[in-house]
Amino acid sequence: MADLTKNTNIDEPLVKVEHLKEYFPVRSGFKKLTLKAVDDVSFTVGRGETLGLVGESGCGKTTVGRTLLQLYKPTDGKVFFDGEEITQKNINQMRKRMQMVFQDPYSSLNPRMTVEDIIGEPLDVHKLYSNRKERREKILDLMKLVGLNAEHATRYAHEFSGGQRQRIGIARALAVNPDFIVCDEPVSALDVSIQAQVVNMFEELQDKLGVAYLFIAHDLLVVRHISDRIAVMYLGKIVEIADSDELCDSPVHPYSQSLLSAVPIPDPKVTRARKRIVLEGDVPSPLNMPSGCAFRTRCKYATEQCAKECPTLTDRGNGHMVACFNK
Amino acid sequence: MNNYDINKTPKKQLLSMQIDLSKFEKATEEEKKQQDVMSESTTFFKDGMKNLFKNPLAVISIIVLLLIIGVIVVAPMIVPYSYEEMLSIDGKRDKGAKNLAPFEYSKAEQAYMEKGGERFPHIFGTDEQCRDYFIRVIYGTRVSLVVGLFASIIVLIIGMIYGSIAGYAGGRVDLFMMRIVDIIYSLPDMLVIILLSVVLTNVLSFESNSFLAKMGTNMVSLFIVFGMLYWVGMARLIRAQILSIKENEYILAAKSIGTKPGRIIRKHILPNCLSVIIISTALQIPSAIFTESYLSFIGLGVQAPMPSLGSLANSAREGLQSYPYKLVFPALMICLIVLSLNLIGDGLRDAFDPKLKR
Repeated sequence: MADLTKNTNIDEPLVKVEHLKEYFPVRSGFKKLTLKAVDDVSFTVGRGETLGLVGESGCGKTTVGRTLLQLYKPTDGKVFFDGEEITQKNINQMRKRMQMVFQDPYSSLNPRMTVEDIIGEPLDVHKLYSNRKERREKILDLMKLVGLNAEHATRYAHEFSGGQRQRIGIARALAVNPDFIVCDEPVSALDVSIQAQVVNMFEELQDKLGVAYLFIAHDLLVVRHISDRIAVMYLGKIVEIADSDELCDSPVHPYSQSLLSAVPIPDPKVTRARKRIVLEGDVPSPLNMPSGCAFRTRCKYATEQCAKECPTLTDRGNGHMVACFNK
Repeated sequence: MNNYDINKTPKKQLLSMQIDLSKFEKATEEEKKQQDVMSESTTFFKDGMKNLFKNPLAVISIIVLLLIIGVIVVAPMIVPYSYEEMLSIDGKRDKGAKNLAPFEYSKAEQAYMEKGGERFPHIFGTDEQCRDYFIRVIYGTRVSLVVGLFASIIVLIIGMIYGSIAGYAGGRVDLFMMRIVDIIYSLPDMLVIILLSVVLTNVLSFESNSFLAKMGTNMVSLFIVFGMLYWVGMARLIRAQILSIKENEYILAAKSIGTKPGRIIRKHILPNCLSVIIISTALQIPSAIFTESYLSFIGLGVQAPMPSLGSLANSAREGLQSYPYKLVFPALMICLIVLSLNLIGDGLRDAFDPKLKR
């Protein structure tokens, strides 16, 4: 179980990301371009806290999660875990404490392995058991924790439904008793009814085990439900971070405003009274980013300053950080 | 949902769309259980095998191949002649037993049998050196099958290791390793085989009576030739498989757990391209048999007096006008083996290819 006494400085955030950059080289013909998937992103995640990360498709949410876990080598920037910088050397030790749940429960489980072996793999890799019996007991405990029957242990992943598969994936992530889990759109591939089950399970597990989440999603309602704080991303940059209720009730950045105005509210009266802020134009290609603020091409408040300089995150009180000159 | 009482619900009006609850029955425990039953747990391998045995051509081929294997194991125990023995009666060489037709006896043998002696029939006749042809064909089949099997295994091992390293490492390592493959691929096969066979026959020397010496240097050099030349196709195939499999999310998941590359290849990647490996190995065997026959045919294969199907066919060529059956038997054997192996390979591919699944 995530033990808060592991480290003495509890005030320190569990995960600290500083100026993380991830550029991918792209070749088109003879030209070499760089795709700035993540461009100078900084945030922190506290112990037992959930940080939601939202943004439209292709804005670099997934890349942030993967780069954070060093599945991609970061181009620049530092990631601190529990006060210690993550490097290529200590990453294998760190993997015991930070795990990942994947988006697609269909492709993230090896079709040739039984559930027992899938969940047992982290145990095998980090040698967390002394004999076969202990391994089996641990696996059965994990399966119980995520709501799977013991008799499912010998089955293959393709015999399960999407929700059950996602539970297997979560059990695999929990096998090493991590303090921090990156959840990469864990519910977007599931039916709405199953989504609720899985999201609730994430919350229960957090209460029980005290894990912290980086919860990546594009469904704002889900994120608001589960997150303590929310970060909004646009084209590889974080444009706004705030407490989840504050961000949802009074977004400051024009992009967040537009994003929130698109969230469906299941009340026709409210919906009719609301004004939907429709953005003009398309998302610019990340290969050819606009100068200055990335959002200025679609922003109705854009001024000359936006084209020249790139706004940085500034505190607007209560830890509500916004990157915009005009709002 | 259990709180609904049929009697408490309002009566259905004539035109209302309300569901008439009295028409519904509660599911019994047994019926509920039927909903829970999941399909029998099957592994990919079991599933594929089941499909394979549904394919009549593959089943016939397996039976034919098993029959051939049975015959080459059992026949040498039953037939009293050996493949290098010149026929003799009571210790005296039977010079008349030259080039006999199938089931024909020589004059000496006929005389011997009239006296009451027993003589095992020459099922395929005899050759020009008075040797029983049936047992020679049987031994030839043995040699060909062994060469085919071992050569494929050698090719499989080298190709698998090379291909998986190149595919998994990717980038420059892959580029470099694959250019080596291209170079080997661009050499004319037959020329290299002939050169290597000639060179190796002179270079290789084994202790007498050792297992390798019994096989003969030609046979060993055959294996080496296969090992050096034919792995490239397998390496390319496995590399291509790995390149596509390693993009799957479960590989990323394994990496995020902290799994080492070696384990990822062994546990995650290779099991997922197992079907391709099995199929191409099955299809590699006939091509190895063909090459062996070809080399024996031009005199570079196994060493005399050890027969192989190719060398038997070659020696039959000389008397083709008078004794055509001598070419027919080994040729028929090659055809049967190669055809059945090819059909089994095809059957395996159909059975294991997930894209062909309903």
